[in-house]
Amino acid sequence: MHFDQFLQYLISGITSGSIYALIALGFTLIHNSTKLINFAQGEFVMLGGLIAISLYSAAGLPLIIAIPISIILVAIVGIVFERLAIRPLRNSSNITLIIVTVGVSILLKNVAMILWGRDPQSLPAFTGDKPIALFGATITPQALWVIAVTVITVVLLQVFYKRSIVGKAMKASAINPPAANLMGINTSNIVMLSFAMSAGFGAMAGVLITPISMTGYSVGGFLGLKGFAGAVLGGLDNPVGAVLGGVVLGIIESLSIGIIDSGYKDAVAFFILLLVLFIRPSGILGDKVREKV
Amino acid sequence: MRKWIVLALVLSLALFALGCQGATKQTASSSSTVEAKKEAYKIGAIVSVTGPASPLGAPEKNTLLLEVDKINKAGGINGHKVEILIEDDQSDPKNAVTAVSKLLSEGVIAIIGGTTTPSSMAIKPEIAKAKIPQMAMAAGIPITAAPDEWVFRTAQSDAVAVQKVIDYMVKTMKIKKFAILSDQNSFGQSGTEELKKLAPKAGLEIVEVQSYKTEDTNMTAQLTKIKGTKAEALVVWGTNPGPAQAAKNMKELGITIPYIGSHGISNKTFITLAGPAAEGVVFPAGRALVPSSAKGAQAEVINKFMSGYKAKYKDNPNTFAGHAYDAINILADALKTAGSNNEKLRTEIEKTTGFVGISGIFNYTQKDHDGTTLNDMVMVEIKDGKWIEKKATEKK
Repeated sequence: MHFDQFLQYLISGITSGSIYALIALGFTLIHNSTKLINFAQGEFVMLGGLIAISLYSAAGLPLIIAIPISIILVAIVGIVFERLAIRPLRNSSNITLIIVTVGVSILLKNVAMILWGRDPQSLPAFTGDKPIALFGATITPQALWVIAVTVITVVLLQVFYKRSIVGKAMKASAINPPAANLMGINTSNIVMLSFAMSAGFGAMAGVLITPISMTGYSVGGFLGLKGFAGAVLGGLDNPVGAVLGGVVLGIIESLSIGIIDSGYKDAVAFFILLLVLFIRPSGILGDKVREKV
Repeated sequence: MRKWIVLALVLSLALFALGCQGATKQTASSSSTVEAKKEAYKIGAIVSVTGPASPLGAPEKNTLLLEVDKINKAGGINGHKVEILIEDDQSDPKNAVTAVSKLLSEGVIAIIGGTTTPSSMAIKPEIAKAKIPQMAMAAGIPITAAPDEWVFRTAQSDAVAVQKVIDYMVKTMKIKKFAILSDQNSFGQSGTEELKKLAPKAGLEIVEVQSYKTEDTNMTAQLTKIKGTKAEALVVWGTNPGPAQAAKNMKELGITIPYIGSHGISNKTFITLAGPAAEGVVFPAGRALVPSSAKGAQAEVINKFMSGYKAKYKDNPNTFAGHAYDAINILADALKTAGSNNEKLRTEIEKTTGFVGISGIFNYTQKDHDGTTLNDMVMVEIKDGKWIEKKATEKK
């Protein structure tokens, strides 16, 4: 394999990987405040992309306005989702709630199919689509956008969790909800906020990746699965871990195409995921599992 | 709290029902008219009105309703009205099988379907057991492989499309080496197998075979591998959105070899999705895609069908709608002489010669249940976002 080829595989992997990473972030946000895994995460991504497309091409808004509106609308969907489907069942077991999220994902997917039809659609790249040459390999400006936003988001999230009162309250609510409640934290609002944030981040991911990979009503399941795998690989509790996991997953996929064969791409990626979980059940950067008996 | 759960449940059920509304049975025979004296011919159809294959199945359903309406308005077939029972398999072969038993219990005399190759294959043995004709609208090669006693098809077989692409590379492009990038679904894989089988016979060498998953977000890794080979052309075999993604990624990587698509991209969606990257892409398609490529009687049939469809549904029919047109009309033709007896009906379909349809001039025989030939497809090039016929250079 030539160096420029290797570099192209790497860039290709980082491009897909940062898409997975952005989605993985959404999983950690909800997991961090509720210990839940939200299987409707991929649908937030799909909704974000499709709403932005409608605002841009049907309503004729410029991207810079269409994007924030789309993110806010999807965040509202996240809030409604939490209030209607999660909160009424908050005393149920986690597994019940996780199944509820699966149901919501099917619901959102069907609604999207009715509203937007079945064909995938695209958005123009934010800053042109002229590829940038890099030592014989190429990268698109949109991929740079995805990478940059992923990095900025994860840094801001770290600051949010470590420094801000709300961020700390979120962590506390996840670790021990009754105790957090006794400390004066309104855990119910915290859960709602985390759904709103997670939905918003999902929507942002959807908007960012639409120019690269197009968005249709059915992409949520696939993207959600990849994001989830990335999050598990890196550590479900840790935003930095989730991003790392997503990017590693993308690079493994890309290199396995280069070295082995594209048919085995997913097999190799999931084999490595299983291997990592076998050695480190909490993921690469996840907290050690400390379950009290 | 309980009332909230109930409310959420009712809401989701309502939306689910909304999503499935396409699944309900539709009949085209108007009940207001006076009962026909003769018993109506019941024809079943299993199409993918919803689900991933809906861009194919929805126009097929529209076409079936339109054509049956036309037949009935003209007095039916020898005085028999036609009643079409349309079932939606939601693009899932399992549902298609269930639909067969439902249609059989209604007493249908033939079944049109399915929309996709997996559905057509799934229902083939069931329909053969019931010994009634099946008119498949899908292109997968195995559909008409033995045992094919009861199954016919109106879509051009994948084998025809592959041969068309190979001829184009050998005769028009005059190249020796090419690479394949295909979807990992059955359409992509069956195309790949056929290319592998036919290429050596034509003196072509396949230098690289790569694949992708239908919803992959990025194919630059596969294309990088192809870029490193001596391929003179890239054949992309898949259905949307994969091939559009591949076209975009090729441009990003600066790959300049010609892109040859499959008949899976013979729709406007590909052009919309790939945008400027679609320019110069060449692929095989039925003549209906470029009506100017059809001559004489076929041109007339195509134009008449297109304007009738447009008048009713305010939308242009695609080539898949054409498969439905051919299926119902060939069946109606055969019913005219054979009546509803299953053996006679099949023999009559096998006698179809020179039927001028949308997807080609159909000639079925006892051995050939495909009906169409190489001549019924043309190579189409995308130029300025439009389809034009890519004329083959004359043979020496």
